[in-house]
Amino acid sequence: MGEFTVHRVRFFHYMPSGICAMAFNRRTERLAVARTDGSVELYSRTDHFFQEKVVPGRQQRSIQALCWVGKRLFGAGLSGEIAEFDLDNLRLKFSQDAYGGPIWSIVCNPQGTHLAAGCEDGTVKLFEILEDQIRFERNMGGQKGRIISLAWHSSGTKIAAGMIDMIKVFDLDSGELRSRGSRMQQSQECVVWSVLFLSDIIVSGDSAGKVKMWDVNTGTLIKNHQVTEWDVLTLSVSQDETSLFAGTSEGTVVQFQLLDVVLGQEEKEWVRTRTFKNHTHDVIALAEADTVIISGGMDTQLVVRPLLDKLDFKSRDSSLLKILFPQRSLVSCAKKAGLLLFQYPTHLELWRLGDTEGHGPPGCILPVSRNPEKLLHLKIKGEDHVCCSAVAPCGEWIAYSTTSGIRLYRLQRDNKNVSITKVPKLPKVLRHAHQLCFSPDSSHLYGTTSSAVHVVALTSAGCKFEHSLKPNSCVEPFGNESQEISDGKFLASANSNSEIHIYNMHKLKAHCTVPVYRSGVSAMGIHPETNNLVIVHADHQIFEFSIEQMQYTDWSRRVQKEGLHHVWLERDTPVINVTFNPQNPNHVILHDSYMFCIIDQSLPLPDRKSQFHNQLTLKSLPEAERLKHSHAFKECKLYQPLLCVDMLENQSLVVVERPLLDITTNLPAPVRQKKFAT
Amino acid sequence: MVESSEVRVVRCGGSRINVAAPVISVDSRFLLCASGDLVKVFSTSTEEWVHVLQGHTNVVTGITLNPANQLQVYSSSADGTVRLWDFTDGILIKVQNAFQNAYPGLFTHHCPHFPPECLQLVAAHVPKTLEQEVEVRELSSVLPNISPNPRAVGFGREVRGWICLDTSCTFHLLFKLIYKSTKKGAKNTFTCVSCHPKDDCVATGHEDGKIRLWRNFNQKKEYTYTTLHWHHSVVNTLCFTPEGTTLLSGGIESVLVQWQYDRNSKYILPRLGGSITHISVSADGSLFTTSHSDNKITVIQSNLKVSAVIQGLVKGEAVHTDLVIDPRSKALVLNGKPGHLQFYSLQRDKQLYNLDIVQQEYIYQEGLDQYEVVKAAFDAHGSCLATVEERGKKLSDTEITLKFWDYNETAQSFVLNTTVMTPHDNRITSMCFFPTAETTMVVTTARDGCFKAWLLGQESDTEKQGTDGPSWSCDFVGRYHDLQPTNCCFSADGSLLAVSFQEVITIWNPETWELLTTLCQPPGNIKDLCFGRLSCSRYLLATTTKNMLCCWNLLTCSLEWSTSIAVTLLKADPLSENMAVFTLQKEQTDLFVFKPCEPRPLFTQNALCVGEVQRAIFVPREEPLDNCDESSLWLNRSQLYCLTENMVRFTARKHAVIDDSVAVTPFYLLLGKHRQREQEMCGLPVTEQQGRAQLPQGSVAVRELLHTAAHVLPPASFLCNMFVKSLLISQTGSEKEEEESEEEMDSCDAQQDRRVQGLGVETVPLISKAQERELKKVRRTDYSWLSCLSDS
Repeated sequence: MGEFTVHRVRFFHYMPSGICAMAFNRRTERLAVARTDGSVELYSRTDHFFQEKVVPGRQQRSIQALCWVGKRLFGAGLSGEIAEFDLDNLRLKFSQDAYGGPIWSIVCNPQGTHLAAGCEDGTVKLFEILEDQIRFERNMGGQKGRIISLAWHSSGTKIAAGMIDMIKVFDLDSGELRSRGSRMQQSQECVVWSVLFLSDIIVSGDSAGKVKMWDVNTGTLIKNHQVTEWDVLTLSVSQDETSLFAGTSEGTVVQFQLLDVVLGQEEKEWVRTRTFKNHTHDVIALAEADTVIISGGMDTQLVVRPLLDKLDFKSRDSSLLKILFPQRSLVSCAKKAGLLLFQYPTHLELWRLGDTEGHGPPGCILPVSRNPEKLLHLKIKGEDHVCCSAVAPCGEWIAYSTTSGIRLYRLQRDNKNVSITKVPKLPKVLRHAHQLCFSPDSSHLYGTTSSAVHVVALTSAGCKFEHSLKPNSCVEPFGNESQEISDGKFLASANSNSEIHIYNMHKLKAHCTVPVYRSGVSAMGIHPETNNLVIVHADHQIFEFSIEQMQYTDWSRRVQKEGLHHVWLERDTPVINVTFNPQNPNHVILHDSYMFCIIDQSLPLPDRKSQFHNQLTLKSLPEAERLKHSHAFKECKLYQPLLCVDMLENQSLVVVERPLLDITTNLPAPVRQKKFAT
Repeated sequence: MVESSEVRVVRCGGSRINVAAPVISVDSRFLLCASGDLVKVFSTSTEEWVHVLQGHTNVVTGITLNPANQLQVYSSSADGTVRLWDFTDGILIKVQNAFQNAYPGLFTHHCPHFPPECLQLVAAHVPKTLEQEVEVRELSSVLPNISPNPRAVGFGREVRGWICLDTSCTFHLLFKLIYKSTKKGAKNTFTCVSCHPKDDCVATGHEDGKIRLWRNFNQKKEYTYTTLHWHHSVVNTLCFTPEGTTLLSGGIESVLVQWQYDRNSKYILPRLGGSITHISVSADGSLFTTSHSDNKITVIQSNLKVSAVIQGLVKGEAVHTDLVIDPRSKALVLNGKPGHLQFYSLQRDKQLYNLDIVQQEYIYQEGLDQYEVVKAAFDAHGSCLATVEERGKKLSDTEITLKFWDYNETAQSFVLNTTVMTPHDNRITSMCFFPTAETTMVVTTARDGCFKAWLLGQESDTEKQGTDGPSWSCDFVGRYHDLQPTNCCFSADGSLLAVSFQEVITIWNPETWELLTTLCQPPGNIKDLCFGRLSCSRYLLATTTKNMLCCWNLLTCSLEWSTSIAVTLLKADPLSENMAVFTLQKEQTDLFVFKPCEPRPLFTQNALCVGEVQRAIFVPREEPLDNCDESSLWLNRSQLYCLTENMVRFTARKHAVIDDSVAVTPFYLLLGKHRQREQEMCGLPVTEQQGRAQLPQGSVAVRELLHTAAHVLPPASFLCNMFVKSLLISQTGSEKEEEESEEEMDSCDAQQDRRVQGLGVETVPLISKAQERELKKVRRTDYSWLSCLSDS
């Protein structure tokens, strides 16, 4: 596996933000998740909840509700505007004020023609959905009292609105109030956080901790389930309306099922069945996706809980999945200069790594001769959050992009002073980039937009736009997600359709494309010597593509023929980064959130029966036998959770950790609960 | 011998009443529970027992009401019979030899009943006929490997399904719903099961304290269950009320939890005593009963108020305190609930009261070290009580407390006088009171190598200090060669104290604390030690770990005799010279009763019971009997009770008693038998107590006849005939009589639990001539050895 000096970095104070809304699109099998910082993430259900796209957030944007209309995603928040997200360019398409004060909830009708927004002023506003915009149609209601939650009946003619202390049902044809629920609680105010409109009943979850079933026509209470002593914040129902979920402030998700009282007879009843407790804080959003229930809340993690537990065999689909860390790298590393650039939503931090002169046996902690130092704290101009950033390998250039613009800085380091100057006159075409990266010799900056790769030449005097590269066979633009460059000659760029384009940077034209695989590209890297492109997909398949020969390498074919080990394929976090060991060209270093792995391409692949994690057993074996039992994959779980693993030029490994405890201590206090024996 | 059959072993009580779930009669007036070989009928309102249903010859394993007639009850027993009783009158109606080894026979209405023989679930299809008795031919095996726990089988609504949990922690349902609780690390093994009476819902209890309600059994991919969680450790039992509106659960926490079936709310009834082992509900749902591990049944109303408590003899893990008789109340005293001494009436088979010794809140927690009462002793009048409690398994953290209690006349209870923390540095091995009333002195011996004498202080000393009474203090600490003392014993008049130090017995003068002499008989450490009484007070008896029983003459300081038998227990009768010795041979216990001065035993009884006799005690009779018969003479003044552990059936202990109260004279024997039989015929309950209360004062048999109420006497002609016959003394006649009595006793089988044939005294002489010769030899060699010791 090799010996490295490891920089164990713990000064990246990455803090994820809480989940405040979720929407699942059954047709495209995409999950949209809105966070409290205003960002929206898209996950693909078919691809094991791989994070496909991130729309960066914006200050003062709070999203209270998300709604899919076909393939379009709408969001609304307390700013009082309804916005549509441009999922190709990863920014807002448009936003329109509803003129009703803060919006608490939006829903679309089952036909997909109208949007309803519940506003602070007590009105339900109906909007017609047009091709490129939405148009206000009419108001319903109008009495005082905010509308917290909305639900549309499947026939499309009735809307239930949850308010403080009551539920109103509007008839869309007449625009009249059909019925209203009686006062929910005698003593104190009761907020109906969530309503569901089933075919024959209305279900509400309220701040008294109750899930109530109401008769639609008479507005009378049918059944009352006390779920928690705190609030029931969200409800979700399965498509066939036999299973219902409620998320509570205690962090529990409670399932209700419509069951036969006696098997085989007509009489049915909603019965509270299972309780899942995977969250420490409030569960604010729930989404039901056929066989899984997805929950998210204040503790910032997305939990995917499979519902089918009667399966005999274990697979990735039947196990619990927790998504806590971003599935892209927020750290960029200047390999020559030994600098780390940390990307926060509203600022960037540049750190110089520490140094050591000590030597010691493997596993020991070396004395630090120079402490790591924070060189720069760069605040972002404007309200938009950073979507990507990069530092040049020589450490002289820093670039970042928001949805509104790209900024490039030149960094001058004297002995102690650090000065920074903004490079003016960036080309107009490069207004917004999904990815930024520098060439290895720091002479060029590459920025990708949804349609092209732009090349900017960097000189000490300033910058000059050189060229725009477009893929050969580009039918329609797609958001480019990741890109990788090798010794200045080739550049590979993958988009969210998992198409990979390779450009020759010397000739400044497209070189070739890689065959499309069904799963999204989670990480890739070009080997600096052999110019082989190593691609890792979200389902953990590994391919190696020789750029010069424009075909898969022999090793890649062998991997596909023999198949990867099931332990490797069952891993639930995708690989974030691929780097190479400059000393040993056979070594490929991969890492995800919980481990990093070195693949030795010269060793045989593990077969199905062999032990995957075999480092300990190898250690116990004598030297002669060790080679016989060793295989290509060597995992290291010493450092976790990982945000970045990279190799510096001086053969040392940088490991950026973010301990879970640091994140949980920074979360707000959860609701107080009486624990047994305390 | 003529009357050899008159001494017999009677199981007199103390058996567990929490083995099987009790049954409440339909009108909620009676509570039926299995207790040893009997079925006892209690009144739910007064807590007293009303009837005893006797007849089974082995442990009753299960009872259930007859679904056809709710005034009748079926009981199944390990003797292989199923009996039908009328419990309001206490009459046996029918005996069915149902199955060999019927395990917990569970019966339901037109439904398969389950004798899971070899722990296999068998369904018997009972054809629907009008006849009372139906021969069941179709037996189909449903499931192998059933858990032996009766709570692991439950019946569903109608006969749609039954649910059982087998030993491999799998949950089976009729249509082969199989749920394996084999999640790694999770302690979700099933412990009990109960079915909802109306809905298709099954409740299971789990080892981690969760209760799961299963529904929707025919789902292919999903389990549908609700989890209820209150218990923090194992759920022992579950029960739905007949309407199905509430679910009752109980576990080790001794808290009854009442769950609302359709709502997620619960009510709890805490502090019920021991952990709950069974819950049963009356047919109308108005009464619940909970059986507890401390041999108690609590009757609870549906509004969760305890209405009655039926308490049996509490048996913890072991009887650390020997059996002790309280001289004042004549009650048997032993440790019961943790940290308590229980006073148990032998005559009434009922706990009188509990004395809290430790006086600390008892909190159940696994692995927690609790205080245990390990020794208890009364003085001659029962006005003083000394107790020892200890805690800690390891020597380093052992905590020992010695407490002295005074009897308070006004409070009618024992009041703490003195507490001595750490009286010894190591465990106390024995404790005894000074036998006479003049001096109140306690001697304790411990493993730290010394014995201590404790004296009650003088009145005058304490009056000066202004305290409220004299207290106890240490008077003397004695040692002998750094050896560990094991036993101590006072002679009957209190003039000598014998303390055994491993192999050596030392004799001390308790007034001057002067070592008088030492006695030794190697090899083997001294296990038991006791002085002879009355005419044999010059003898000192000891048993050793090397299976020797030795008798020393204290006048000559020499070994009088010794014999080699595997003695487990040696007990002296406080009122006579008699000694009882229990020996264990081939898994059976034999009993010898002898006088130290006589070479031949008074009484021998082979195969007294299976297994070891753990504890035994002579209990003085309230009125001594006048009995001229040689073999039962030793029982005139006291009775011998012993406590056994019967490993064969359950791990429960049974009380067996050598009791001759019914067989004092031939006349009384006949009279008593006949009266009992008659009363039984009349359907009147017969209790031992009544028989004893009518014993004549002057012990003349004729007076007994006169004292007996006329209406219960047999016809005069019959009596006369027998009376005359009984006076005849002839060899042939007595033999015939023996046969006759044998027959009668057979017929009265219902009265007796077990009768063992006595053996003639001649058959087993204790010491043969050869042995005597050997003994003499041993004595001679021993002498020289002893003198050697004294020289050194």
